[in-house]
This record gives sequence, C-alpha cells and structure tokens, in this order.
Amino acid sequence: MTFSPELEARLAKMLESYPKGRERAALIPMLMYTQDEVGHISKELAEEVAKRCGVTTLQVEEVVGFYTMLRTKKMGKTHLQICTNISCLLVGGDELWQHASKKLGIGHNQVTADGSISLEEVECIGACSWAPAIQTNYDFHHYVTLDQLDKLIDDLRRIQ
Amino acid sequence: MPYNKPHPAETIIISRRFHLPNSASIDTFLAHDGYKAARKALDMSQDDIINEVKKSNLRGRGGAGFPTGMKWGFVPRQSPKPKYIVVNADESEPGTCKDRLLMEFDPHRLIEGCLIAAKAVGAHQGWVYIRGEYRYLIDIMDKAIAEAYKANWLGKNVQGTGFDFDLSTHTGAGAYECGEESALLESLEGKRGQPRIRPPFPAVSGAFQCPTILNNVETFCAVPDIILNGGDWYASLGVPRAGGTRLLCISGHVQSPGVFEVPIGFPMMRAINEMAGGLRPGRKLKAVIPGGSSCPVLKADECDLPMDYDSLAKAGSMLGSGGMVIMDDSTDMVKAALRIIKFYQHESCGWCIPCREGTLWLKKILTRLDDGIGVRSDIDLVGELAENMLGRTFCPLGDAAALPTISIVKKFRAEFEARLAQVQVPAGVSESLVRIHV
Amino acid sequence: MSNPVNLTIDGKAVQAAPGTLLIDAAKQSGILIPAFCYYEGYSLQAACRMCLVEVEKFPKLQAACTLPVAEGMVVRTEAASAVQARKTTLEFLLTNHPLDCPVCDKGGECELQDMVFRYGAGESRFTEVKHHVDEKQWSPVVYYDAPRCILCYRCVRVCDEGMGVTALGITHRGAYSEITPNKGDHLNCDQCGACIDICPVGALTSGIYRYQTRPWEMEHVGTICTHCSDGCKTTLGVRNNEIVRGNNRDSTGINGEFLCIKGRYAFDFIKHEDRLQSPMVRRNGKLEEVSWAEAVKAVAARFAEIKAAGGAIGVAGSVHSTNEESYFLQKFARQGLGTPHIDHARSGDVPALIHALAGKTDALATADSLYHAKAVLVVDADLSQQHPFLAFQVRANVRHHQAAVYTVTRGPVREEQTAAKAVHTADYLAGVRGLGEDLKKHADLVIVFGDGIKGAAVGELVAFGDSLGIPVRYVCLVDYSNSRGAMDMGLLPELGPGYHPAAVRGMSLPQMAASQDLAALWVVGADPLAGGKRLASGKAFVVVQDLFLTDTAKQADVVLPSASAYEKSGTVTNVTGQIQRLKKGLNIMGAKPDLEIFGLIARAMGVDAGRAQNEAVFEEIRKSVRGYNVPLPVLATGGAAQAQPVNGRVDVLPDPELVRSAGDTLFTSGSLGRYSKILGSVMEAPGALYKG
Repeated sequence: MTFSPELEARLAKMLESYPKGRERAALIPMLMYTQDEVGHISKELAEEVAKRCGVTTLQVEEVVGFYTMLRTKKMGKTHLQICTNISCLLVGGDELWQHASKKLGIGHNQVTADGSISLEEVECIGACSWAPAIQTNYDFHHYVTLDQLDKLIDDLRRIQ
Repeated sequence: MPYNKPHPAETIIISRRFHLPNSASIDTFLAHDGYKAARKALDMSQDDIINEVKKSNLRGRGGAGFPTGMKWGFVPRQSPKPKYIVVNADESEPGTCKDRLLMEFDPHRLIEGCLIAAKAVGAHQGWVYIRGEYRYLIDIMDKAIAEAYKANWLGKNVQGTGFDFDLSTHTGAGAYECGEESALLESLEGKRGQPRIRPPFPAVSGAFQCPTILNNVETFCAVPDIILNGGDWYASLGVPRAGGTRLLCISGHVQSPGVFEVPIGFPMMRAINEMAGGLRPGRKLKAVIPGGSSCPVLKADECDLPMDYDSLAKAGSMLGSGGMVIMDDSTDMVKAALRIIKFYQHESCGWCIPCREGTLWLKKILTRLDDGIGVRSDIDLVGELAENMLGRTFCPLGDAAALPTISIVKKFRAEFEARLAQVQVPAGVSESLVRIHV
Repeated sequence: MSNPVNLTIDGKAVQAAPGTLLIDAAKQSGILIPAFCYYEGYSLQAACRMCLVEVEKFPKLQAACTLPVAEGMVVRTEAASAVQARKTTLEFLLTNHPLDCPVCDKGGECELQDMVFRYGAGESRFTEVKHHVDEKQWSPVVYYDAPRCILCYRCVRVCDEGMGVTALGITHRGAYSEITPNKGDHLNCDQCGACIDICPVGALTSGIYRYQTRPWEMEHVGTICTHCSDGCKTTLGVRNNEIVRGNNRDSTGINGEFLCIKGRYAFDFIKHEDRLQSPMVRRNGKLEEVSWAEAVKAVAARFAEIKAAGGAIGVAGSVHSTNEESYFLQKFARQGLGTPHIDHARSGDVPALIHALAGKTDALATADSLYHAKAVLVVDADLSQQHPFLAFQVRANVRHHQAAVYTVTRGPVREEQTAAKAVHTADYLAGVRGLGEDLKKHADLVIVFGDGIKGAAVGELVAFGDSLGIPVRYVCLVDYSNSRGAMDMGLLPELGPGYHPAAVRGMSLPQMAASQDLAALWVVGADPLAGGKRLASGKAFVVVQDLFLTDTAKQADVVLPSASAYEKSGTVTNVTGQIQRLKKGLNIMGAKPDLEIFGLIARAMGVDAGRAQNEAVFEEIRKSVRGYNVPLPVLATGGAAQAQPVNGRVDVLPDPELVRSAGDTLFTSGSLGRYSKILGSVMEAPGALYKG
C-alpha cells in the first residue's frame, strides 16, 4: 500500500522520531494519519502499518480497539462529534446531540445513508469554557446553538 | 479559538503573550523575552536549574500536584541510559481546556520549558504527546518546532552550547486514560493506553524504559519564568508549599466562562463572580467541581475558600487540573452524576476489576435512577459501590470515578429520592418486585 | 544472597531475600495470598486486585504481587479491610460473569468458584442486564467464552512469554475488553492449549474435553507422554476406561505445567477405529483373527523351529516401548533366541556423544540445565517444533535469567526471536565454530544438537566445546518417548545394554531387510517396511506387535495387538536421560503390553529370559545397565531419576549413516501421529523449517 507523497514524507519522518529499534512508537500516529487519508483502518491498512512499524496485525488490532478515534469502519465525509460531557451538558450539549441525531436519523457512531455525515457523542474535547462545543472532523465549533447546528448540518449534507 | 482580553484581576505570567498579535510565531516570542530563560539555563549547572525549580514550589499542573523540582531530582543523571522529556498534552479531564491555549497562543514557551528540563537532566530527545482531537494544535506545535529548529533552539548544538535536543509531536488517538503518565508512556510506545505498575516511576523508567521527565503542558510552561526571575519570586506568587500562578478553566453556568490566570490561593468565589461574570440572572449557585470532573463536588456553601491544595483538601475535594465547573440551581444532579460516571465507564481501560466492572455497574444503576426507576436502596448502593472502588484500583481512574459519585450522592441525595418519587409504584407492589421488574 | 529482609506476615516472623515480592514471601512461609492475575514465572499485572493486603504505615491496601518486602514490614493478609475488598472485588467480577457454573467445564475446579466460596458475598446485589457476547471457536482445540473471562491476562502471557507465540491479544476497552486470537476469527499457533489450562475460569475451554465430564468423575493418572522424547508428565483424566483429557495442572514432573498439543490432546489415537484389538494369523494369504493362545503358540513354535535350524532371526525394537520391554526384548533375543540381529529406528547419535565425553563428568545436560545455563547453543534443530518442552525451558531461561541463545540451523527457527546470534547454514560445524568468540564469554554453555551432527562430527563438536574453556554440557536430540531408552537398553546390533559392545555384532535394520537369508523378523512397535518395502528374504516369518496394522504388519504372518504407553506401566528415559515411570491409565480390550507378550512367547518356547514383570526387569536393569542404578523411591513417587550412562569409551561405534531423525513437527508424531485426529486437524502452523 502506498500513500500520497506528503503522507509518505510525514510517515518517513515519523519513523525517525523515535529511538532506533523503537519503530513501534510510530504505530498510533501512523494509524491516525493514514486513517485520515484512507478513511478507516481497513484490514489492508492494518497490515501495512503493522509491517511498517514492525508489529503483528494482532498488535495493531489491540491498539485500534483501544482508541476511540481509530475506526475499523468507514465514517461519513464529515464526522460530526458532539460533546455531551459535564461542561457542555450544563449549557445544552445534550440538546445538540438529540437534535443532530433526530435530524440526521442516525445514532452514535452511525453514518447517514448518503455517507455525508457520521455522528458521534464524544467525551470532553477540551472546549469546556467555550461550551457547548462540537467538532467536525478536526475543526472545533464553540458556543454552538441549535440554529447554528441546524445550518451546519444542512451545509455538510451538501458536501458530497 | 476565542480568547478574551485578560481580566484585570488576573496575574498574567504564563498567559502574558496570549493577546499579542501573531503570538505563536517565533518572532513575537523572541521579541517578548522568548528563549531568554533557555539561554540562561543552557549556561547553568543541572543542579542549579533543578534547585531553582525546587525553590519555586511549582507543583504539577496536570492534576496530581506533585512537586516538579522533586520529580526532576529523581532522574538518575548518572544512568548510562538516555534521558527523555515527555510533555503530557493529552488534556482530557472534563472541565479542563487550558493546555489548548498554551499551545495555540504560546507554543514556543512550551518548547522553551522542555529545553530547560532537558538541560536539567541531560535529556537529548523529547515528545509532546497531544491528544488526537487537538490536531490543529499538533499543526501549530509542528510549525513552532520547525521554527525552533531553524533558529537553532532545537537540534544539534543548541545556540552553540554543544547541547543537543530534539523534540517532536506525537498524536494520541482518543483515550482519557493516556492522561495518566504511565498509560501515556505505553501509548507513546505504540501500545494500548494501559497504566504501568509503579514504581518504577517515569523519572527512573519512563519512555522506552529510560529515565524520563513527564509533566503537564502548563508545568513546563511555568519553568521559563522561574528560571528568568528565580524560584523565590515564583514561590512568592502563591501560597506556602505551592508557588506561582495557574490557569483556571471556568465553565458551566456562569455568564463569562473562560480561562483565567490567578495566583495559587485565589478565592474561588472571586473567580466565579468577578472573572467569570457570576451566575446567570436569577440563578443561585448549587455546586462547583473545583478541578476537573475527578474531584468531589462542593456544595455552594463550601465554596468560599482560597484555591490552593490544602484548602481544597480540607474541604474534602482537590485543586485538580484547574477545570472549574459551575452548576447553578437549575442543575439536575442525578443527570450530572450519570454523565460523569458514563464518562469514566467509557474511559476505563479495563485493566483492573474494580474500575472496569464498577464503573459499568454504576452507569447501569444511575441510568435507571435517572429514569426514575429503582428503589431507595439503589441510592445507597451507588454510594457503596463507589466506595468499594475507592483506593483499590490499579490507577487513579477508579478514584476519579468514585469520588465525584460519592460526593454527589451524599450531598444531593434528596434529588435522587425525588426522582424515584416521580415514578408511581402501584399500591401493593413491593420494593422487591420493582427491583425484579427493572 | 545479601542479608535477608525480616518482616511479619499475619503475626508470623518471615525472612525473605531482598526484592522478593510480598506474595512470594508469604507463599514461602505457607501463607497463600489469593490472586487471579499473579502467576509465578510470568510478568506482573496487578490487575485483579485480589491480593490487596493491609501493610502497616501504608494508608491504602497494597497489592502483594508487586510490593517488594521491606525490613520491618508488618502485613495482615486477612485483615478485615482486605477481606472486605476481596468480597467487593468479587462482587464486581460476578456482575458480568455468567453464573452458568452447572454447565461450565471448569465447574468444580474453577478458581473463581473457589475464591467466591472463600471470600464472596452470600447474596448478589446486581440486578442489571449482563453484557453478553457469543462464544467463539478459535481452533479445533480452543474455544473462548468472553463473558466468562475475568481478564487476568494469564493466557496472553503464557502464549507470549511461555510459548513465544504471541497468538493472543486484548482488544476493545473497559468492560468490553476481550481476548483476541491472532488471525481475526481464529488462531494460528502451536495449539498447545496452555492458555486453556492456565485460565482460572471457564473462559477458554478445550474442544476435546468440553462437555465430556464433570471433573470429579475423572481419575487423574500422572504418566509420561508417549510422543516426543522430552518426557513430559501428562495427567490423564480417565473416566469409564476412556481418556477425556490430558494436562499437568498439578505441576509435577520435569515439565511443570508445560505440555504441547501432543501431551495435552494427542491421546486420541488409542481409540482410533483402526486400533488392533485381536491377534491375527495369516491363513491362506489372509490375516485372520485368532485367540491370544493360538497366536502365541504359532509364534513360539515357528521361532523354536527357526532357532533349532540356526536360521537368522531379526528383531526390530520400539522407540515407544518401556525400558523394561526393550531390555527384556534384547535379552530374550540374544540369550533366548540366540540372535545378535537387533536394532531400532535410531534418531540421534547418543553412543558417539557418550564416547566423545569419555572421562568427563557432568557433561550431559538435563532439562533443568537448559533453564539454568548462561548460554544455550542449538545446532540443527527446530527446538520449538521438535522438542517443545526443551524450547520452553530455553525461553524461560531467557525470560528469568537473561540467558544468551545461539542457533545454527539450516533455516529460520523460533529460538531466533530471542537469540543473541542466529546462523543459517547446512555446514553446522562451521557455523558453530564461527560462534566460538561469542560463546567463550559465557560462564557455561549447553549445546543441543540434532541428527545433523553424528559420527565423527560429534567428536569434533565436543572438541570445539573443550576449546571454549568453559563448562559445556550436551544434549543429543532423539525423536520419541523412549528412543533414548532403546539405545541405553542395547537395542543395537553393535552394542548391548549400557553401551557395552555386543558379543557378536549383528545386522542392522537395513541389513536385515536386505538379507536373503533372514528366516524371521520380529517387529515390536516399529514399521521397518513402511511405504510397502519388501524383505529381500521371501521366506521370512514376520511377527509384528503393534497398535495398528502398519505397512509391516500388513506383510506379517502373525500380528499381535499391543498396548500403548497409556495402557501400561514401566519406565522410559527421555532425551536428557531422565528416567520416569509410566502409570497405566486404562485397558484396551484385546491389547497386551509388549512385555506381557514377550513373556507369553518365552514361556511357550520354554525359554528362561527372567520374569516378564516390570519390577523384576527394572531391578535387573539397575544392576546391569550402567547409569541406571537410580533410587527407586524417586521413580515410585513419580519423580525423574537421572541416568548417568557411562563415563568411558564406547569401543564399537554404530554406523552414523543409520542415524536419522524423522523430523516431526508439533503436529506430527511418526506413525502414531497419523492416528491422532486432533493432530491432523490443526495443520496450520508447521515451523518455518518445514515450509515447502
């Protein structure tokens, strides 16, 4: 498996960022960055990363199963993450979550039929003082209102 | 990222460059005392640096509050093994959002702190372990690191002193447990984020089983000013046994939530009422989580205290990570308890029995209670189960789940009882039948 | 040892070496601190929290499995707080554990049951829905029931650290964590079943044993595995004259808890449908079932005729028979039948090694030496495949003592994973010589060699060992459970018992087969005509004693069904010269132990070869076979007695060309393996040496 030249360059640098013989350390970053390009950790990707980091595919599976951001199934083009943890809960995070779920007709870690949006009820994303907060892929949105979320979802649906 | 102008009541030291235009660039940094402390430290002896940090009474800002200078002093500098610097930027304690600001607005301060720590223990490599959700901060840090390499504040022969130091970012992938230092190290090594048996502590056997200084972002960020102005100066800002300032992240039911820098020992009510703009009109304070959701909650009448380690301990809680969650009288404490336990259940790594099974059981009961299904003895059971986790788990996550739960059930029991009263149990149906039914 | 540490455990003054873990120090003084995840010999986890104890001056309960002893420490293992903690931890554990004990294989020997019995609450407060996932089958041997799993990680460690296979991992997180096999939905591994045996609960169960019996209905018979030559003790679970399982949970025997797939599961050949259960005599060209009396009479009469006529009688002995049988057979042949033509299938050049070590003492390594030597050199052997227990010992040595391992093989072997140096060559001696400088650095060395080193090469290897200037001990690898005993007992045309030159040098097996004059061939538990080979002598009277109708048996005039190692008593000698006793586990209708058959034939012939009875023969072996004068109580109590064969020259050295290992893998076992359905079902992972 090969990746884009930019990603390949990043991966090469990544493998050199750890002491010699400790290439396994690159495993999680490599999974994260390749997942961004491939979409999810397919069997093929897991085997490729295992090879590059000198681990077994079982060791990759162990890691993939542990970390919530590593996914073995395809998510939406936009992964909409709504925080409902305590700080967000106090200021309407749960309402945002209910609204998005209802509007999209999908639940936690599900994808819309058109593949445009996937939804996740996430734990604290470190935006407590700017709550309620959501993330679309890696982008933060702060002080989100129901109207804003509504509009955001409409916009995201149009991106195919 | 919204960042307000500093509040007049703040003491801005580590946040003092936040409001500068283009604050993340090395040029802005250098124009405002940047790398001066590192330059000074590069000419200091290792003992002098560590002594200065010891004098400062700086305590770890991640939550545990361990004296930083002492931690650095544990590194066996004579060991033939390489030494490493690891930054815990896995900020994920609910209520906490300060490290984000430090990395977004002043990334070079973190690099400078790492460089000083590296010099102090003879480390030549380090990693900034940043939670995966903070990808934009990884990009900012990567850019700052590249600038620092270019300006020779990182890399070989830093500023011609003969000292080498390499630093890179390392992304997490979504696991609260990796905020625990030994789990972070496992994760750094490409494994499941499960904590290690301690001792040995990271200072002796950390990253790749080598001596490692592992501190929170804010802790490293405090170091340059300590070196620049002296440990005594820093210590004098705080209270005895806990020096300096720290960032308070105020969230929840206040009018102007935000992150504020205050000296240790700053009065909690002033922080809430002055800096965070007080409660919403017509609302009264009900409870405060003083330092991240792992801390026992304080009732409104317990909040009139200075924000320092000892005062909070005396009040039965903790200073924690600086994440203050303010709850007014509209707060549903049953829901709050459920949401908190749901989090810890989700994040429990599963390594040890009491945390793995205890958090799930508690979540199941609290989910029921939130729906008004249950019996009064279930409320006792929640408290008892949390007590049964306390002090018996492999790592502090078990306590982190148990402590807030115990405090909420104890202090707000009436709300749980009221919730149960909302569901009508038909006459003649005994408690045990309800139990079977649920 | 530096000064011992003094501490008090449960009011008892205890001494322990510095660094000893509290749980070990307690155990040494007879105090058992409960634990699930702690397991002696494997890495520490501190995960189950059952071993929390009260230690004075500590504010919290401490995990005894990770706390080193300290001077003046005062420990209360059964303090009320510790007992309460155990009770609540068990309560937590049972929330997601299905209480299906009545149908669980582990019921009755489950550590969780025992723990709850001792520390658990009398009632359950858990009224929520349990988390359920379906049971999975990972291989013909291994089943996993995740809800029963208590996540003690013993299986993960035994597979990784003990076996060097790393076929098990942990996926998911928190309460949903599960043990996972290395190939997604199945296992590609040694199928040794160590994970199943080490599982404290019924999460991992064996495809062979599951739902067969309740454990208390079995009789537990500790005997020696009949497959390879490592001599592992296997405890057979016997019910209604049938073996339902093999394991070694009581840890007796040289192998501790170790067993490979053969020791644990490959006992199924005994009830294979092709098993011979009646003697047969050839009539009109066809083998017909006859009574024992008739068959024995036919053999005795014909042997007597041939003997009287001075005809050549060839005898092929077995590598699975007991020492008593082999000794009796050669004595019967040499003295009773008057024939020098005795041989067996040789797989290692033990006589050459004994000769080369003349004058040295303590130069033969034991299984224990492999665990204690500072360095181990493996030459021409895929130890993990062919000698799994010896390989296990080497891995344990690396893990516990940081031993240095060197390998010289013609292809990749598992031992390389932890080897200091690995050399791939078919010129083994050259490869070995290239390691001289490395090997010299170590305090002592054990050299393990396969059939690639034989004849003069053995002498050269020993000379090389001498040149290192460090103590060197040797293991000459042989194939089967009593390959070594067959040689020690003198089943060789050149050598009698104890490696004394035979009075008359007889024919070797190939010579017998090629002889035009062979009048009789008596084959005991061997298959010299495998593959349809024919004897050059068309007139030879062929008698075969075997479990199955082998290729040789198909050409026999008389076939006598013999008992397997699990159906008889006697002693066997393993690859490292350790003598151990077989214990009879069951009877197979119609089959008789070889020794009994020899006795019947001798009596029918009127030949006096001594009493055909184990104790009597072994007494004679002790007196006449050098090195076998071992203490009887050791054997009687199920121990291993070390044979020290000779310390002198072997004047006549057998032809090295006849030494040839069968090259079995973990999943083959010579002719026996063909009749083990379980071995045949798990062919996925032969060692790398065997690919292609």
